[in-house]
Amino acid sequence: MAVDDRRRKAERIRHLLETEGDSVRENTRVFNEGRYESTADLDDYEELKDEARAIKEDAIERLPELLDRVTEAVEANGGSVYLADDAADANRYITEVVDGRNVVKSKSMTSEEMDVNDALEESGADVRETDLAEFVLQVADEAPSHIVAPAIHKSREEIADLFNEVFDPEEPLETAEELTRFAREYLGEEILDAEVGMTGANFVAADTGTLALVTSEGNARKCVQATDTHVAVAGVEKVIPSVEDLRPFVELIGRSGTGQDLTSYVSLLTPPGDSPTFGGSGESGSPGDRDLEPGDDREFHLVLIDNGRMAMREDDDLRETLYCIRCSACANSCANFQHVGGHAFGGETYSGGIATGWEAGVHGQESAAEFNDLCTGCSRCVNQCPVKIDIPWINTVVRDRINRGTDGEFDFLVEGLTPDAEPGGLDPQKRLFGNFDTLARLGSAFAPVSNRIARSGPVRSLMERTLGVDRRRELPAFERETLVEWFEARGPRVSPDEARRTAALYPDAYTNYVRTERGKAAVRVLEALGVRVEVPAAGESGRAPLSQGMVSTARSNAEAVYEALAPSLAAGRDVVVIEPSDVAMFRGEYERLLPEDEHAALREDSYEVMEYVHGLLANGADADALAAGDGERIAYHSHCQQRTLGLEPHTVSVLEERGFDVATSDVECCGMAGSFGYKSEYYDLSVDVGESLVDQFTTDDTADRAVVASGTSCLEQLDALLSRRPAHPVRLLDAR
Amino acid sequence: MPTEPLATFESSLTEIGIELVRTTAEGFESALSPRLDAPAVGTPLPFAGVSLPDAVETDPTVADLEAARTGVTAAGYGVADYGSVVIRGGPAGEEPVSLYADEHVAVVAASDVLPDMEATFDRLAEDVREGTGRAVIATGPSATADMGALVKGAHGPMEVTVVLLEDR
Repeated sequence: MAVDDRRRKAERIRHLLETEGDSVRENTRVFNEGRYESTADLDDYEELKDEARAIKEDAIERLPELLDRVTEAVEANGGSVYLADDAADANRYITEVVDGRNVVKSKSMTSEEMDVNDALEESGADVRETDLAEFVLQVADEAPSHIVAPAIHKSREEIADLFNEVFDPEEPLETAEELTRFAREYLGEEILDAEVGMTGANFVAADTGTLALVTSEGNARKCVQATDTHVAVAGVEKVIPSVEDLRPFVELIGRSGTGQDLTSYVSLLTPPGDSPTFGGSGESGSPGDRDLEPGDDREFHLVLIDNGRMAMREDDDLRETLYCIRCSACANSCANFQHVGGHAFGGETYSGGIATGWEAGVHGQESAAEFNDLCTGCSRCVNQCPVKIDIPWINTVVRDRINRGTDGEFDFLVEGLTPDAEPGGLDPQKRLFGNFDTLARLGSAFAPVSNRIARSGPVRSLMERTLGVDRRRELPAFERETLVEWFEARGPRVSPDEARRTAALYPDAYTNYVRTERGKAAVRVLEALGVRVEVPAAGESGRAPLSQGMVSTARSNAEAVYEALAPSLAAGRDVVVIEPSDVAMFRGEYERLLPEDEHAALREDSYEVMEYVHGLLANGADADALAAGDGERIAYHSHCQQRTLGLEPHTVSVLEERGFDVATSDVECCGMAGSFGYKSEYYDLSVDVGESLVDQFTTDDTADRAVVASGTSCLEQLDALLSRRPAHPVRLLDAR
Repeated sequence: MPTEPLATFESSLTEIGIELVRTTAEGFESALSPRLDAPAVGTPLPFAGVSLPDAVETDPTVADLEAARTGVTAAGYGVADYGSVVIRGGPAGEEPVSLYADEHVAVVAASDVLPDMEATFDRLAEDVREGTGRAVIATGPSATADMGALVKGAHGPMEVTVVLLEDR
């Protein structure tokens, strides 16, 4: 990326942080907390997610057959189905059906994807959005910034100003109630005057031709009920086999999105249906005079749009995107999204984590390239997704494809994900961060001179200009003696006969070259608990290149790590990992990078260091060999990937057992996220996200607590933003 | 009818802020009348021995619907776990009557309160296959958070009451 592009991007993000950040943050946080509460009430949450995913997997697998089936069912009911190749095709069909009549629409992201409003208006039809948020955006002439709450970036005050200016009501509108009532009445008139109702469809059951609409306002019901013609638009991926299959989705979708157990209305429409319509005009010509008329000859058109989806279905990495039920959990749980919203973290239509998959699939890679880097791979969305889509992996793969400069014509099918080298044109910034291992090795070999040079003004300025490394961010200082060298010289201190267990401590690049103290502390803590420790010279896990979308380099790193750890694994030793993002690699991403048996070996036998300590204590190791907390008050921030893996409680439990008084943060992420916080285009966002964590650690209860964090990035971020120097939890246990 | 789903139904309704009125066919009119704000619209109730008072307009025009304070309809069934009622749309106008008035009064038979969503979807599938073109699982009043705060009564009713006929 050129220096000017970086500056423009940084300015755009700063602008959104200032103008839309507060509203987005406030609203997504409510949704996010709602989801945690609501899903906690479900006894069978995991089973429901598995069920939902299985239905989607099956439906996408059998999609051509289901499309035939739904066509038969809808036609047997008296409606029509149109399978549209792309947006232009769908718009042409819908324009013909509408034929210049007035249209009232309920919210539909698919219709946004098609820009159907523009097409209809060009043909002379009036189109009115009736979803209150979509109405606000239509009046403001703005694009949605969230897939469920499209006007999430606007505050009540801004909406009031907008309405007062545009509609000039007798009494200025102010409260949310007044705004809602005004919109209801205004739109109520429009609904009465309309002849065509357009909706999306959250799901379509192939066996009966039943549409499910998940809503809360009631406008979708009115749009369909009041008009003589119903046009429903949906992507082909919305088709599921049967009506019964709707159940897990109905129980998951509201909880996952806005945190409601159920939305107010889940409408099952098997059109045309016989509910009365408002029909033609009344005797006096005023619409209110009209009688209700029989609805059984209401016209119904289901428009199912391909627009790249059938090709996504053939793409092993993008296919999962089609399982998406557009609930927005990935956006709401994303720290970056929480701070800037979908106008930064989104493409032409879709926003949030899954947007990369959608945009790459339906609009092409270019649209995804704009915002794809805002996914830091923190994985917080993974457990939140009701159909268990590996969203970070989709983002990584698309990043890799963008690096390779091939536009979405699916030629990666030929190249696959096993290229032998990164492409020549790869952004130098990505190449720098992706090769952190090499950088750290050199930095350490020439320390402390390398640290002094790297910190000098001219070098920082050069790095900022050529590599986009923000000069405001402090660089890591490399140690001359690596952890591996220290351990080689020192040797193990627990003899094989006395050893409770034997463990290979994995020296991640940061621990090995930069934060050697925590590595030494980990060795001493494990030894104090009777573990014989070895520190094999294994390189960087591949997390660094993976986060830059350099999948090929990540794979070579993974292979090298496995090779270095293989003798320990073969000897039945445990692998203990200090850095949570590396445990996550071993358990998760390595499945995509290594042969199955190698991944399985690492997955089974690797432990996060505090998880391991917890296990040792639970199995009889003497906790008194560790330093005592004596009531010391600490503020602990877990790490995104550590939380996703469910590893936070182990650390808290061990620290509490040793007598520390622990307060924990509950923000999704620290915002630093590996290389993200170093990048000049993202530095401001990284700090803004970090401020949420700082707020939690500067309350009356936490301001005087020692700060403790598990992740390297979190430690760096906290170090930069707080005056208290943070430490890794294992250092608290080190009795020395 | 086991009492457990009914108790769950009641507590779920309480949780979402909806009043449950328990009555019998005999007590129906006196139970309903305090909940009827004029003008009221309604659809004929399918329960033997139960009918709507004359003040309720059962053949409303569009203008009647728009002006209605109360709309009374039967609900096909209730969902105990969620406090939902399932409104089956039909030619009598259950869909518009339950949607346009400020307050919706849903009348449900105790024997039609189903324990959970699994049972509900079995019934819904049966309905669809028997030709019911429209069913709405309605939970609480309509609502929106799009105007900067949670507001009850977006396009649909701002209040819901459930009348449970216990002798059915």
